[in-house]
Amino acid sequence: MRCHITAFAVLIAVSVFGAQPAAAEKLIVSISRHQVLVTSSFTGTSIVLFGTVEPDTPTFRMRNAYDIVVTVTGPRQTLVTRRKERMFGIWANAASRTFVNVPSYLHIMANRPFDQIANTDTLRRLQGGIDYFQLPQQIGTDVADTVREDPFRVNFVRLKTEQQLYGQWPNGVTFLTPTLFRAEIRLPAEAPFGNYDADVKLFGGGNMIVRVNSAFEVVKFGFEQFVANAARDYGLLYGIATVMMALATGWFASVVFRRD
Amino acid sequence: MQIYLPIADLPVNIFLILGMGLAVGFISGMFGIGGGFLMTPLLIFVGIAPAVVVASVASHVAASSMSGAMAYWRRNAVDLALALMLLAGGILGTAAGVWLFTLLRSLDQLDLAIALSYVALLTVVGGLMINESVRAIIREQKGQPVTPRRAGAHTWVHGLPLKMRFKRSKIYVSAIPVWTIGFIIGFFGALMGIGGGFLLVPMLIYFLRVPTATVIGTSMVLTLITMASATVMHASTNHLVDAVLALILMIGGVVGAQFGARAGQNMRGERLRLLLGLLVFAVGLRFAYQVIVQPGDLYSIRLIGGM
Repeated sequence: MRCHITAFAVLIAVSVFGAQPAAAEKLIVSISRHQVLVTSSFTGTSIVLFGTVEPDTPTFRMRNAYDIVVTVTGPRQTLVTRRKERMFGIWANAASRTFVNVPSYLHIMANRPFDQIANTDTLRRLQGGIDYFQLPQQIGTDVADTVREDPFRVNFVRLKTEQQLYGQWPNGVTFLTPTLFRAEIRLPAEAPFGNYDADVKLFGGGNMIVRVNSAFEVVKFGFEQFVANAARDYGLLYGIATVMMALATGWFASVVFRRD
Repeated sequence: MQIYLPIADLPVNIFLILGMGLAVGFISGMFGIGGGFLMTPLLIFVGIAPAVVVASVASHVAASSMSGAMAYWRRNAVDLALALMLLAGGILGTAAGVWLFTLLRSLDQLDLAIALSYVALLTVVGGLMINESVRAIIREQKGQPVTPRRAGAHTWVHGLPLKMRFKRSKIYVSAIPVWTIGFIIGFFGALMGIGGGFLLVPMLIYFLRVPTATVIGTSMVLTLITMASATVMHASTNHLVDAVLALILMIGGVVGAQFGARAGQNMRGERLRLLLGLLVFAVGLRFAYQVIVQPGDLYSIRLIGGM
């Protein structure tokens, strides 16, 4: 997939700047923090991505206006979306769909509404905007993305958006000068741990000119991480320790409040 | 003050949880029960995943039973032989409950099963308790004497084989109903996150004719052991016990229980049972409402593989 996009980008670049294929814009980006530590008091944070558009060669004539689309994806997860239905008078989980290897976190930012940056075909091809982002579902033995009006897809995105794990910000990228921009990446308290990828695409005249990638990491830190790890890796010991804690608390109370 | 629960994976207000522990502890001390049947629903209504709640409340009930059991032990009000026989069934029941819990969770029907179990169990038990205590109150007001239980009164339960003598409770009964009761308590305890004291005490009185002197102490010892083992089993199979949540609940619970016990001493037995019956019944209705009324959000997402 990525390979196709790159090939296509090259094709566009060649077709647009066919006369001088060597000369083009360069995109340079930098992220304010490459590691985010999540402690017990973590209530979400934001990190800043800076970037600049530069000419490849000094003689290259720059455009007047550029557009930027930043796609930040978190660790991939497989999730089940379930729908409740009424059966015999009670509401129970009935139909379900599995979303295979979709980003746990997906924020897409741009400097103006996506449909003004490029046409629908280009957006679809480059996954510009959540509507065009590939969210493959397991359907029978096939794994495929559905139409974007699919109720499971719509509600999956809605629930993820409510958790602030998915989001799109058509004004999330700000141009400070015609070539210098910044974007704020918002990480909610529930941001999953792992590696995040920031994919920055430069558009000009409705076509993608160049894209670069950057990455950062969200790391759980401190006591919570210790407890969560212990519960997962040493279930039996963790259970015994919890029971010991319960017995000690109960015993302590019966001694402190002894009345007879 | 917000605190992050590592297993429930969500931030909660520490004082809210502590306050709930205190309130439930007060009620549990007042009625001499563990309070799991109140704690579990409260936490579910706050928004913690039912699976995590059930697993974590088990350890909270273990703590409150521990302090209760020790008080009764010092007063010599525990029939250890009876508790151990109940336990034989109880451990099996707990294992069966944890097994069903795991199975339902994989089928994505755990939340519904928990809710339905609450509806069925609490409305029936609550209804019976209200009925019984209202009759007792009416009888008392009409001035009719309560017909005392005759020492030799037998029911069909006493006709079963494998008879055993429990000296401290002064009863001579078959081991089969003892094991069965233990199994039922262990099973529902693990599945629903309840100690089962509010079920066990009436069952021991009505079916086994255990005298009031030993019934609560014995019930607490059984609850202590089944809930402690449920905690270990939940922790090792489902990895859902939230120790931070459990600790906050325990601290609130054991403190609240002390005040509740004092309040309960000043109330008449029938009134106390009527209040408890109403409370049990109301919680049952609240769960019924939850499954019958259309939920606000028909869709839900769950991560598969791990938490």
